Parts: sequence; C-alpha cells; structure tokens
Amino acid sequence: MPAVVTGGLLPAAVLVLDALSGALGANPIQRATQQTGLLSLVLLLLSLACTPLRRWTGWTWPARVRKSLGLLAFGYAALHFLIYLFDHGFAPAQMAEDVLERPFITVGFTALLLLVPLALTSTPRAVRRLGFARWTQLHRLVYVSVWLATLHYYWGVKKDHTPPLIAAGVLALLFLARWWRRPQRHAAWPLPTDRGSASP
Amino acid sequence: MTEPQTPPDHPMPTEEQERRLLAPGNPLNPRREFLRSAALFTVTAGALGGGLELLTRRPGAGSAEAQAADPFARPARPLGPYDTAEAVTPYRQATTYNNFYELGTDKADPARLAGSLKPRPWTVRIDGEVRKPQTVDIDTLQSWFPLEDRIYRMRCVEGWSMVMPWLGFPLAALIRRLEPTSKAKYVQFTALLDPKQLPGQRQPVLDWPYVEGLRLDEALHPLAFMAVGLHGRVLPGQNGAPLRLAVPWKYGFKSIKSIVRITLTEKQPQTTWALAAPREYGFYANVNPAVPHPRWSQATERRIGELGRRKTLLFNGYADQVAGLYKGMDLRRFF
Repeated sequence: MPAVVTGGLLPAAVLVLDALSGALGANPIQRATQQTGLLSLVLLLLSLACTPLRRWTGWTWPARVRKSLGLLAFGYAALHFLIYLFDHGFAPAQMAEDVLERPFITVGFTALLLLVPLALTSTPRAVRRLGFARWTQLHRLVYVSVWLATLHYYWGVKKDHTPPLIAAGVLALLFLARWWRRPQRHAAWPLPTDRGSASP
Repeated sequence: MTEPQTPPDHPMPTEEQERRLLAPGNPLNPRREFLRSAALFTVTAGALGGGLELLTRRPGAGSAEAQAADPFARPARPLGPYDTAEAVTPYRQATTYNNFYELGTDKADPARLAGSLKPRPWTVRIDGEVRKPQTVDIDTLQSWFPLEDRIYRMRCVEGWSMVMPWLGFPLAALIRRLEPTSKAKYVQFTALLDPKQLPGQRQPVLDWPYVEGLRLDEALHPLAFMAVGLHGRVLPGQNGAPLRLAVPWKYGFKSIKSIVRITLTEKQPQTTWALAAPREYGFYANVNPAVPHPRWSQATERRIGELGRRKTLLFNGYADQVAGLYKGMDLRRFF
C-alpha cells in the first residue's frame, strides 16, 4: 500500500525538517534517537496488530499493509542505530563494550539484529525459496524482537516508566488476541500451510 | 488494411455508454474512481503519518536563533578562581532543556509549566543542628550575602552537560551564619511540596518532596553554591526559582531546586534518587567517568549545543579542588 509507506515516511521527513530548523531542541541527537526508536516500536506494534485485526474483522487490508509496516519499523530501527553510531563517533571499540557490558544496549542491539533476516526475506521470492512453513517460522523472530525492543525502551527511561509499560500492555493484548482466536484460524482463514499439507 | 478487432468480452463502449459512464453521478466514472483513490491515499497517509507524529514527536524550543543573540555568551567580567572559561550555554537552551520532575518528566515540560510556580513570597525554614533555627524570607536571606557570579560546568547523570553562569552566594557563608552545633554532620535540603505550583507532583514519579543532601565538609567547600540567578537575571522557575543548589562536581540531580528547607543533621539524609533506585544513584553522585551507571556508560557526555561527545572528567573537571574530600574512599562503593 503506497499510502501506508508514504504515511510511514512522513515522520522521517518531519524529523529531517525539524533537525534543519533547530526544532529538535537543545539536544537534537538525543531527540532524534528517541523519536526513531519510538517510531520503530510503534510500527512494529502496528504490524503485529494486522493479523489479529484481520481475524477479528474479516477485513483483508491489514494483511496487505503488514509487510510495509514491518519494513518501515526495520527502517526506523536501522536509523535509530545509525544515529547511535554517529553519536558515539562510529567507534567500534566503544560500541562493542557497550553491547557486551550494558544490558540496555545488548537488548536493543539484539532486537535490531533479529529484524535483519526478516527484512532480507521480505520478498515473495524469499518466501518461495524458503517454503512458506519455514518462512513463517523465521518470521516469528519478530515476537522476540518486539519484546526485547520494549525492554530496551523500559531500561532507557530514567524514571517515568508509563510509556514503555503502555507499549508492554499493548503488546500483551496483541499476543492475547492471537491466542484467543487460535482455533478459528483453520476454519475461517485457512493459511497456505494448511492448504499445502492437505494437497496431494 | 485490417479493421481493429474489438475483443468480444471488452466491446468498445458506444458514445451513449461513454456519456453515461462519465456522467457526474456514476460511481464507475474513471475520473471519480481516480479522485476516490487519491482521497483514500491522502487520508490513509495523513492518518498514519499524523498518528505516528502525535505519538513520537515532541518538538523542543527552537534554538538556532537564540545562540547568536545572547549577551552573556561572552562574560565581560574577569574570570574568578572557580570559573570555567568554556563557552557558556545560551540562555534559551539552559532554560528550555531541564530536568525538574516536579514540573514534568519531559525536558520541555518545566519551561512550559513553570508559570504555576510562584517564587515570591517564599520562605526558607532553617532547622536541625543549628544554634539559630529560623524561618526567613527569601529576599532577607539573599540580602545577607553579596551576590557573585560563578560560571560552572554542569553534568547530568543522563550524559549531557551545560556551562551555567550562576548568580548567588557560597553555601558555606550561609551555613556559618546558621552556626551549626558540634552534632551537625550533614546538610539536608528539601524542595517545595505543592502540587498546585508543581503539577508534576500529582504523579508519583518520585517520593515527593524532593530531598537532597551533602556531607558537612562538602557543603562547606567553596565550590558549593546557592544560586538565585542565571545569566545575570532572576532564576527562572524551570531552573529552580527562587533558590537552588549548585554543586558542580556532582551529577545535576544533587543540585536541588526550589528549596524551602535546610536542615543540619547528625545522620546521612535519605535522598530522593538514592531511595528511588539505590543501585543506580548513590548519596555521593560524584561525576566519575570510571564508574558507569548500571545501564549506560559515563565515560563521555554531550555538551548541549555540540553534536559530538567529549570525554567526561573526574569530578567534572574539579578534581584539583575536591578530590581531597574523598581521600581513602572507594569511589565505586560510595558512588
């Protein structure tokens, strides 16, 4: 859906405009880091909302925008990481120390790494090459990644933990929604895997 | 020459059919269809983009134009023995990027909400192990001492720093005037508790009121300073009006804002951040690049207004003056 991609890229454009006009405030790099990180998490949550939303409503459009949302989330996560690298002067030694010794950074970095294979296998060709069952299994990594990202967010806040807890709450609801309608899946919305195993 | 063949399932529309298709009311009108898609596109893109902006964007006060116009950026007076010659943080940034959780947890909240904080009338209660306990009006208290300028580095525990031109008087002068008894070992400061003036206190983010403390010898050190002004003007609410502490060799949270009570005590005070997260924030909170915060490194910092980072200095660059206060102490344990 080009509309979703355009909408998803709008904040990036606004971020660039803000950076150029000085509207990011006294600590623009920190603001940009926080904004891209939060955008990435929100987009991840939106992409995870697609499947339950489709099952609950019967609409088909959530399934069509899911990939765009996921890729946008990855894009913002990568940008978030690049700004962090820029912030620390692209010093690999210091970054390695951060990743190894600071759980806050370890967790965030792992969340990003887990999204890389998902972004790389987002094409229809990759789905075909992997086979749908294995592709689905691989893409379940997003479940781990999004929880790690939320933990990273929680640890990044000095004191007021309300926003990360809201994110965790939304995430918990999304997982509940997945479980709730589980038995209905086969009857109402046969997935290609089910079809695949039934065909001779 | 062959006549163009019309595929049987897609007959060319007759003129009459075309006229009806393009009629304004027809839902199948291609122009109408295009407009519908365009509208759907705009609404979707706008809603998603707008929603994401709303969730994530918190524009700070513009700073580019404020940088040039600040008269205090280059102090005219000769530097005193405790001043830093480093470039002073512009007034605009020093007053719009603040941690003052009583006025909200976002850096832009204090400047936005400081209007509710009324710095006059204001009294400060002085009690505990002193010979002259009393409650004194802020203007009277101020008049006891000649006010002086101090240009101090300030380092936040979050990894950013500023250079602040304070106006005020040494804390030591105040303490000597109060005449501490022989039992006095610590100084405890308490900030204003009033959710009407400090709306952030309606949220239990921290245990209000905010309490901070110093060991008596730290408080008597000539660098420990009580500020009543900034950039040659009266202290703004977001910076802790009307009276705040400035202990430049410690992380910023030690420098308590909007003080209403000063108590000399025998026992070490229970300070707010040390109570909120004892593993992360100690009583001493001395700036030390070698002792990381459990969640992030303290080796570097960003000076507000700069894009790169600089190395953090031991005791925030005041080691020559204050290291003696901590001789023989394990700074990893007493962090």
